[in-house]
Amino acid sequence: MSTTKKIAVTALSALLGASTLAACGGGSGDGSAGADGGGSRTVTLVAHDSFNASPEVLEEFTEETGHTVRVLKSGDAVEALNKEILTKGSPQGDVFFGVDNTTLSRALGNDLFTPYEAEGLERVPEAVRLDPGRHRVTPVDSGDICVNYDRKYFADRDLAPPQTLDDLAEPAYRNLLVVENPERSSPGLGFLLGTAAAYGDDGWQDYWKKLRANGVKVVDSWEIAYNQEFSGSAGGRAAKGDRPLVVSYASSPPVEVLYAEPRPKTAPTGVSTGTCFRQIEAAGLLAGARNEAGGRALLDFLISKRFQEDMPLNMFVNPVAEDAELPPLFAEFGEVVAEPRTMAPEKIAENRDQWIQSWSSLVLR
Amino acid sequence: MVLARPEVAEAPAGNAGPRGRSPSRGKAFPRGAAARAALLALPVAFFALFFAFPVASIVGRGLRAGDSWHLGRIAEVVGRPDILGVLWFTLWQALASTGLTLLIALPGAYVLARLDFPGKDLLRAVVTVPFVLPTVVVGTAFLALLGRGGLLDALWGVRLDATVWAILLAHVFFNYAVVVRTVGGLWAQLDPRQEEAARVLGAGRFTAWRRVTLPALAPAVAAAALMVFLFTFTSFGVVQILGGPAYTTLEVEIYRQTAQVLDLPTAAVLTLVQFAAVGAILAVHARTVRRRETALRLVDPSHTAHRPRGAAQRALLGSVLATVGLLIAAPLAVLVERSFGGPGGYGLVFYRALQSAEASGGTFLVPPLEAVWNSLRYALAATAIALLVGSLAAAALALPRSASGKASTAGRVVRGFDALLMLPLGVSAVTVGFGFLITLDEPPLELRTSWILVPLAQALVGVPFVVRTMLPVLRAVDARLREAAAVLGASPLRVWREVDLPLVRRALLVAAGFAFAVSLGEFGATVFIARPDNPTLPVAVARLLGRPGELNYGQAMALSTILMLVCAAALLLLDRLRPDRSAGEF
Repeated sequence: MSTTKKIAVTALSALLGASTLAACGGGSGDGSAGADGGGSRTVTLVAHDSFNASPEVLEEFTEETGHTVRVLKSGDAVEALNKEILTKGSPQGDVFFGVDNTTLSRALGNDLFTPYEAEGLERVPEAVRLDPGRHRVTPVDSGDICVNYDRKYFADRDLAPPQTLDDLAEPAYRNLLVVENPERSSPGLGFLLGTAAAYGDDGWQDYWKKLRANGVKVVDSWEIAYNQEFSGSAGGRAAKGDRPLVVSYASSPPVEVLYAEPRPKTAPTGVSTGTCFRQIEAAGLLAGARNEAGGRALLDFLISKRFQEDMPLNMFVNPVAEDAELPPLFAEFGEVVAEPRTMAPEKIAENRDQWIQSWSSLVLR
Repeated sequence: MVLARPEVAEAPAGNAGPRGRSPSRGKAFPRGAAARAALLALPVAFFALFFAFPVASIVGRGLRAGDSWHLGRIAEVVGRPDILGVLWFTLWQALASTGLTLLIALPGAYVLARLDFPGKDLLRAVVTVPFVLPTVVVGTAFLALLGRGGLLDALWGVRLDATVWAILLAHVFFNYAVVVRTVGGLWAQLDPRQEEAARVLGAGRFTAWRRVTLPALAPAVAAAALMVFLFTFTSFGVVQILGGPAYTTLEVEIYRQTAQVLDLPTAAVLTLVQFAAVGAILAVHARTVRRRETALRLVDPSHTAHRPRGAAQRALLGSVLATVGLLIAAPLAVLVERSFGGPGGYGLVFYRALQSAEASGGTFLVPPLEAVWNSLRYALAATAIALLVGSLAAAALALPRSASGKASTAGRVVRGFDALLMLPLGVSAVTVGFGFLITLDEPPLELRTSWILVPLAQALVGVPFVVRTMLPVLRAVDARLREAAAVLGASPLRVWREVDLPLVRRALLVAAGFAFAVSLGEFGATVFIARPDNPTLPVAVARLLGRPGELNYGQAMALSTILMLVCAAALLLLDRLRPDRSAGEF
């Protein structure tokens, strides 16, 4: 008898010990990781790994509103969103950033967000408002997924770089393009959607047959495509990449300039502006957020001029607020995409999985 | 690896005999059981809370609809042709990787065990570095070697990226140390005179080796093979980076179904399949370890090694050095080379950039170099947790087994727990990470966004190494010493402090060092856990690689080099600390 009791007592105390240990950890982490009690002034922003903001800008938010921002990076865009769906009702934070036109329906279908019309939304054009009328999400930035080219490669050969999707299927560009698997990578998916938008529900498959016949290479991630295979990027040059065409972003050329030492006079890469698909990223107030007031203030802040102007050089995307000015680096080395392709989130939701499946059997097998 | 190795030390310890011959045999059982339960309470609670519960919850989420279980899904998913394809690839690449690793690493095991040459310690550390490096770093290094413009391409125009060869060779790279340490450790302690005796009796060189040495080594080879099989069967990063879209293992598919597709039913079924496979591997492993002969004559390793004699041994040493150079040192060297590269020739540009947050262009809110500090902090916390949990578990498992009939039940429970402690090595990191998300969301365990979650997850992987290192040493402590102390009036705590601690201090240090190195390089679990912005080294490397620009790429290489050096230093230190009798153990 006494033995059993002793075991039970020991087990219980050990359990308590373990949770105390854990609780201590929770309290004494990095300064900002305090417990999120009711009266907390910490607002937690759950975002994908690419989210970045200047510390000064976040401090300004704290000065203005009294809320301290804690950023929680939660994996790539799809993974981060899926985690929020899994923990629906008991969210990890207050605001989620990183839902876009390719994933919006999944988020809205799962009722992840509490509607809120952010202050200053009138400065954001109708064209990029993803959930007009209901305001479950607030648009924050837009970016164009486009084919990038290696300037030196084409200059050396006296060959004009391709400008349109049609060009990519031309024999002159045989074995030059590397793309990402749309099943596993968001630029890859954006590019596929772009071709579907350009050639229609049936035509895009023929287009991809032509691309395949023209030697398109598929890799799993943007990192591999851009940093290993693409001959125009710094990483790709180091890795002796031999594909001068890659699916990346319209903002990639300024980045190549920003991180080169010494800075070159012209960007080593260019953008094929006729190949672009527009991605719009948004944020929303998570249902069940513990700091709703802070969350609302943060949404207002995300579309404020201050934050919008800070964003381009941190995340390499374009601001959505009309009063935000692009940094000179973007104006000088970036390219303006006049007519990117777009697609309604509902249409993407309806077709995405089936298109990816057809694509896989068409291109990978 | 290791995992098996320390068991060997049980045999030479010799004084393990008294266990089970406790003078107070009759009363020993209840007392022993209570003590065992007390010691096991914390490890059991730890594994229940931070492993079993999260994993069971996420699997349950996939297999339950409403209030009922849908076990029919298992047959449904496993029968799908695409899933069967994944299973088949997972299996055969693991078999092929294991075979290739044995083929390439066994000569290395011999050379490190039996030959004496300058730089041997360094060589041992070098071959072990890959084992604790994060896959993201290794994948990059390997692409640089096998990919376009890599060493193979430059020398012979051979490119292996996105082929299955890249995967197999990377697996050899990772697991070379498993074979060298597991098999080589035993080999170094085999008495060479037995083989010599056989030759005196007329056996040829090969026959003597086949009849004497091989049977003695067989269990160690089997144990090493099983561990390599376990690691390659659950391979994630290597396959993701080097495999390209055409190759998918079970682990990669679980990640895809969970994190990308959010098809939890399929992910749950795949997790169960992997669970079953890993369970089977561990069960066979445990049997192999138990079957290990105790009749081996083991000797001090310092007496068995000698300078290479004759052309054959020198050629063998040369070929092993060449293999290690090409397969292990070359990818690491490429990494280092690129970290010093720059637009204007070699220099320290990338290292200098690591010191400022601005140069990282907002990739981090802090200078990337701070990731080193984060990593060290996390690794220290993880080591403390792994040591606490692992030592208690090892102490419980090492308690004398009583000889009564009931003991066999207790023994089975203990062995069962022993195997359970190793399961985290084979369970998908994404399953654990996502399990954390849905279970640890309420006070007092609202830990999802706490920094402690990272060390907790890392400790899960560290505990098996601690247990494997501590257990044989604890078992070898002569029970009579403890009894004598107790008879003289010492309290249990005092007995532990005065008898056990001095004897196991070294093993404790080794276990700590290894848990530390494993935590430092741990990537899988860490990367799936959301955290406030204080990345560990491997996570920082992955993030830098995820952005365009020369400076980011170069900084990733520089950070990888730093990580590599820290790991190598830890391993070299470990080799100095290891207990005298068990060369080659971690």
